[in-house]
Amino acid sequence: MALVLNEEQAMLKESAQGFLSEHAPVSQLRQLRDERNEAGYDKATWQQMVELGWSGILVPEAYGGLAFGHVGMGQVMEENGRTLTASPLLSTAVLATSAINYAGNEAQKKALLPAIVEGNLLFALALDEGPKYRPSLVKATATVSDEGYVLNGEKQFVADGHIADKLIVSARTSGNANDEQGISLLIIDSTAPGVEIERVHLADSRNSAMLRLNNVALPTEARLGEPDGAMSLITYLTDVANIHLSAELLGMSQEVFQRTVQYMKERSQYGALIGSYQGLQHRAAHMFSEIELAKSIVIKAQQALDANDEQLSVLASACKAKISEVATLVTNEGVQLHGGIGMTDELDIGFFMKRARVAEQQFGDRRYHVQRFASLQNY
Amino acid sequence: MSDLEQFRAQTREWLEVNCPASQRLPVMEFEDRCWGGTKWCFVNEDQKRWLEVMAERGWTAPDWPAEYGGGGLSKEETKILREEMYRIDARPPLFSMGLSMIGPALLKYGSEELKRQHIPNIVKGKVWWCQGYSEPNFGSDLAGLQTRCEDKGDHFLVNGQKVWTSYAERADWMFCLVRTDPNAAKHAGISLVLFDMTTPGVRTSPIKLISGNSPFCETFLDDVRVEKNQLVGNINQGWELASYLLTHERAMIGNMGHTAASEKSLHQHAIDVAGGLENGQLGDTALRTDIAQWEIDILAFELTQERIDDETKAGTGTGATSSMLKYAGTELNKQRFELLTDIHGQAGLAWEGEAFDDGLLASQWLRTKGNSIEGGTSEIQLNIISKRILGLGQKA
Repeated sequence: MALVLNEEQAMLKESAQGFLSEHAPVSQLRQLRDERNEAGYDKATWQQMVELGWSGILVPEAYGGLAFGHVGMGQVMEENGRTLTASPLLSTAVLATSAINYAGNEAQKKALLPAIVEGNLLFALALDEGPKYRPSLVKATATVSDEGYVLNGEKQFVADGHIADKLIVSARTSGNANDEQGISLLIIDSTAPGVEIERVHLADSRNSAMLRLNNVALPTEARLGEPDGAMSLITYLTDVANIHLSAELLGMSQEVFQRTVQYMKERSQYGALIGSYQGLQHRAAHMFSEIELAKSIVIKAQQALDANDEQLSVLASACKAKISEVATLVTNEGVQLHGGIGMTDELDIGFFMKRARVAEQQFGDRRYHVQRFASLQNY
Repeated sequence: MSDLEQFRAQTREWLEVNCPASQRLPVMEFEDRCWGGTKWCFVNEDQKRWLEVMAERGWTAPDWPAEYGGGGLSKEETKILREEMYRIDARPPLFSMGLSMIGPALLKYGSEELKRQHIPNIVKGKVWWCQGYSEPNFGSDLAGLQTRCEDKGDHFLVNGQKVWTSYAERADWMFCLVRTDPNAAKHAGISLVLFDMTTPGVRTSPIKLISGNSPFCETFLDDVRVEKNQLVGNINQGWELASYLLTHERAMIGNMGHTAASEKSLHQHAIDVAGGLENGQLGDTALRTDIAQWEIDILAFELTQERIDDETKAGTGTGATSSMLKYAGTELNKQRFELLTDIHGQAGLAWEGEAFDDGLLASQWLRTKGNSIEGGTSEIQLNIISKRILGLGQKA
């Protein structure tokens, strides 16, 4: 398949860019941070995103969605990266819909997907039990009871945890802490007895939370997919999450690069624009080249998701590893090339650096994916 | 059946009949790829026949106009021919600077007379072309070149020295950048001329590199007579033509980062040399990480070539030029050989001896150092990206 957007995808990208730059620029995130906004996102903006259909981009038409695919959603994510818009888009519209599509039964799809599309249901995905992504490290337990399951344990750094109506939680139904087998995914209500959610603030000013589960009782129907066998779903979600985080990181990298090059054309020292100095030009040109390389692997991975390509995991890891390297480079250089002003909170560049680092860590950092890439190719 | 489907079917059948089995094997040695020219020694009858049958249809240059001996195929037909050749692993019947560089320039800028004289011979592989660009004092600053070309009424007289002329000793003709107006601004006084390498006053001498013997030569030009009709384009239009040709050269060199499908992957080299895996992984975990990072980078690079190609076809290119590909591709190729020699340890640095392939790997490794110098250094590519794409460098 050609590594270019088709007409509809290009139109979606353009409309996302127009909407976000007008209604949810970086200043919105700054304001949410400064006023210590309780929700951590702008509800009116999210409502508009729902009206634009973004909550249904990945949902099949039978459940009220647009079935527009991951390349399309990837364009929206990329534009979100350019504006750093805080919203439930990744947790709910990307990850929850993908999980339910992949493993949900008919009753679950009917009950959950249309509600997501309409914007009436927010989700969070709770896999991590530590600060680094290790999806098979699951100590939380789901014990079989007469009614279904009883859940106990702790989950960490749950993105959008404190605003979610429902959480998809990984828990051990058999085996030992690091086994890939024996993990199940369960959907719980955030208001259920025994569920304790505590918001934590990360550097990126986006939503994160700690989750404690104390004897949370669940019916059997709350399970998403097969018992003990959630690892294939978790692997799929790892790929989905990383490919969309990569799109977001690509958007951030391009935006920071553009702003930095613009600054090099405005800032004068020693009587000349700093962009006229070769030492700085070469650093900018190198970044340009790196961003171009990353772009190609991001669109390839998005297409692989839509095509259910057998190389999906390889491409997802290659994609996240490459864009993480590039985003680190570009945000670091962005601050350095802006000089002193780059260190100030007043300039937006710092917001990009902070969000980039969190996005790089989520669902596995660069090193994690370099290792995964090698393992997947049997070396 | 559509015309294109029919063309594909006919092409497939024709290739099946006419492409000799030996010409479907991977290219291993330099001589496996036919460069043509009067001094070429065909490695076997198959190589000769494969060139002849393809050249007869103009399929050595499938998309060039048929009136000059080219194949006259449309873009779609050319693509089909390439795909069908790829399908049976057919080697290109001819590989030359005539096809990749001076031919396209002649078709775009050359006079009718020059096209009729030279294009058919390029298509048939009868002439080996070499390139006279760099001079001892003008490498990156190519436009400063000083080889003089004086108008002597009914002919030109050329005096000067060229360097890094690949295969000058085996070449039949040179396309050469010369200064025709020493008083004009440096870019504005250059022309492109063609001459026969057997012309009196042309002398070549090979250059030995850090990697050993090389195809590069110095070429000395002393009172070389060049016919006036061998000027390509207009007088003093040479820099425009040179830029056009350099774009072709960059694409060719940048492409060296590309791993052929048949080539062994870096991690497979590491597995083979280390004698297998430990618990399913390379025992040297730091090396494993370096290899994986490189393989991710080369994947991104190959996809970028593909994407830029697709964007060009779709007309949505954002101007990521050949400079970016040349820069990234050559740096990656250098890294590849750093890793390869690392994988082999001291054996990778062996210089002689049958057990070590006569030092082939060490010599290849050293040769790659030139990739980011030839065809415009990496630094020149970064300059081009800064100025032409990013718009940096204007004065305050």
